[in-house]
Amino acid sequence: MTVYLLRRISQSFLVLVAMSMIVFIGVYAVGDPVEILISPDADQMERERAIQALGLDLPLWEQYGVFVWRALHGDLGRSFVYNEPALQLILQKMPATLELAFGSMFISVLIGLPLGMYAGLRPESPGSKMIMAGSILGFSLPTFWVGLMLIMVFAVQLGWLPSTGRGETAYFLGLQWSFLTANGLSHLIMPAINLALFKISLVIRLTRSGVRETMLMDYVKFARAKGLSPARVTFVHVFKNILIPVVTVVGLELGSTIAFSVVTESVFAWPGMGKLIIDSINVLDRPVIVAYLMIIVLMFITINLIVDLLYSALDPRVRLEGKA
Amino acid sequence: MAWTRRIFALLGALSLATPLQAQPADRTLNMAVGAPVTSLDPHFHQLSPNNAVAAMIFDRLINTDGQARMQPGLAESWTAIAPDVWEFKLRRGVRFHNGNEFTAEDVVFTFQRVPNVPNSPSSFAAFVRPIRNVEVVDSHTLRITTNGPYPLLPQDMTNLYILDRETHQGVTTEDFNAGRAAIGTGPYRMVSHRMGDRIEFERNEQYFGERPAFARVNYRMITNDSARTAALLAGDVEFIDQVPTADLTRLRGDQRIAMSEVTGLRLIYLSFDHHRDEASPFVTDAEGRPIPRNPLRDIRVRRALSMAIDRQAIVDRVMEGAGTPTAQFFPPGIFSFINDFPAQRPDPEGARRLLAEAGFPNGFRITLHGPNDRYPNDGRVIQAIGQMWTRIGVRTAVEAQPWTTFVARAGRGEFSAFLIGWGSNPEGSHPLRNLIATPDRERGWGASNRGRYSNRAIDAQLEQALREIDDARREQLLIAAQRAAFEDVAIVPLYIQTNIWAMRRNLQHASRADELTRAQDIRPAAAR
Repeated sequence: MTVYLLRRISQSFLVLVAMSMIVFIGVYAVGDPVEILISPDADQMERERAIQALGLDLPLWEQYGVFVWRALHGDLGRSFVYNEPALQLILQKMPATLELAFGSMFISVLIGLPLGMYAGLRPESPGSKMIMAGSILGFSLPTFWVGLMLIMVFAVQLGWLPSTGRGETAYFLGLQWSFLTANGLSHLIMPAINLALFKISLVIRLTRSGVRETMLMDYVKFARAKGLSPARVTFVHVFKNILIPVVTVVGLELGSTIAFSVVTESVFAWPGMGKLIIDSINVLDRPVIVAYLMIIVLMFITINLIVDLLYSALDPRVRLEGKA
Repeated sequence: MAWTRRIFALLGALSLATPLQAQPADRTLNMAVGAPVTSLDPHFHQLSPNNAVAAMIFDRLINTDGQARMQPGLAESWTAIAPDVWEFKLRRGVRFHNGNEFTAEDVVFTFQRVPNVPNSPSSFAAFVRPIRNVEVVDSHTLRITTNGPYPLLPQDMTNLYILDRETHQGVTTEDFNAGRAAIGTGPYRMVSHRMGDRIEFERNEQYFGERPAFARVNYRMITNDSARTAALLAGDVEFIDQVPTADLTRLRGDQRIAMSEVTGLRLIYLSFDHHRDEASPFVTDAEGRPIPRNPLRDIRVRRALSMAIDRQAIVDRVMEGAGTPTAQFFPPGIFSFINDFPAQRPDPEGARRLLAEAGFPNGFRITLHGPNDRYPNDGRVIQAIGQMWTRIGVRTAVEAQPWTTFVARAGRGEFSAFLIGWGSNPEGSHPLRNLIATPDRERGWGASNRGRYSNRAIDAQLEQALREIDDARREQLLIAAQRAAFEDVAIVPLYIQTNIWAMRRNLQHASRADELTRAQDIRPAAAR
């Protein structure tokens, strides 16, 4: 296990280094931040001063060198726009994105698993057919459109929910969370559902095919033959086994939800990392873009690692292979 | 995000059915702006959204009204006592939010800080550079000596927000953002700040000027156009700026909504490659073969391209009326506006004749570049112009790009013709110096003259105007220089954008030509 972990971690480190180079060169190739940031009526002297102040007068390899040197000391650079450490900016926005991502994950599992189980156990019933047809909608409707529709219906027409923004927050573990207040929760519902739609469909489909496959397995037949109640067969023997693919996919989806909830965050003016990154791209705030992508890479590596570990907890076969 | 806007426009009819919502009569104003405020440090980044918030917390020596005219701010009066010496009489009895008294020393301190803000991506240093010496005559009188006669000093002072010598000694941009240092003399004091999300204010009860109407302000940033409109319709906010033109018709028809509009100071114009004598990169002859000389150097060609454009049609159909066709930098009423210089009327016949005279009876081919995410409807405006040019025989390909790539390429002079905008200070020398004057690093001229236009006669007129202290004489010089530039088609002015705000009907707003969205300009409406 230790060897395995060490190997995984050293691989991850290589990925991180490679990514940092790709990202740095890629960001460097796009536009000129000074042209974007500087007041249009700045004269030539002021432009030269700004180029120097932002460290853009150095050649690419030197800029990269400075970046790596600082990164090794835990400093991912300073935002051009906000003049604050990029890492700090991103971490400040992280709770908002995390609660949105976990909220949508929670909703998708809460709704997706039972519906998927039902559709898998009674594949021919009209209810199952409706669920499956509905899941196609969930896959195919574009997020921004659904988001705007939600706003139009529930905020503008019915006035039940606030249209945009994050509501009141409360402190928990030293950070501000909005799901702890009623007002905050009412702001959270729509964006979380919007973000969850795709994942609900995904979970439904995974669960359904998992159930249908597992029901035909010998151990299920054996359990039935043993005379176990259908409920016990379903919720212990089948349920445990379909969880493996669901956990994998939900885990990976969590990563991409955290990293790329850009559309939902911008439609709902949700002050999370996705909105920060899109604002930063619009003004070529290179340090924030680079730092953000580095954090995302790190996060994906970590999530993958955790998923692998969870796997071995859920599936004894994986554990055995690990030892051999 | 054009698609989101279109969807909202489609949904317009639906929302009319919603009942009128009662507004609670509390004294908090909820408002939303479309561009994020990136810093509360008033000297860190010269950017309109930041300046708007700075104008709520801080004051300038000279403030400006909605028509961008100078108004006494922290200075009650200013006079040139010699061609290169300005005397400012400061307002007495003004206190900063923390109780400190405002004195002449604070102005001196501010001037010292402005050029020394670390990491600033766009500083205010240019406004203090002409200053040679500042003399404190008494606690409320200043004499500012400039490097030679400098009539623009008062204008420059409308850009600098004054800090307190005691409070702001050694503070950083982060101190402002965290609120510790966001202490000024302005009509509002900052209560809390969540970067890129919202700023909360409360009224400064000791403010020396007009008392703001609202005791508390919740200043939110909603960058998505459709979401901002939706927030207004849903009643989550009562006031928004940068109303998307696609929503205009519908909002104007909505009983719950009132609008506030004013012709702004932002000109949308076309710029040509004046630099190359030889072939210009995106121009070929009618058959697609390279032309050895640059046709855009010929004034007849430039004039023809300007005559081909139906500005009124662009404003009416593409901009939904949110603009004014023009032939110059300013709308009427602004210092150095040219009275007898109306917008060019479309004349395709005349344009064709001019092209033939210039040796292009069959026209030529050109690519027109422009941004697609910078100005309202920018991508569609260049498409419209492309069609109008094609009609006179100039076969035009249109290429719209994201601003981030576009502006860098335009700055390097890579294009033959492109669309761009310019937000002016209300003084003719400002656009002349930046857009028309021959680029010159020493003088700081022509920094945004991306077509590299150069006309020594205009440079000389501008030079003279910049030394003329007498306003009337300076205005005549500036008018002459502008007229010369436009008659030579240095650039092709298209239209001046209209600034539009929308609000719930129980509010009214004093519109501003400078685009700044400030809470002190909003009040409860008189009965409608």
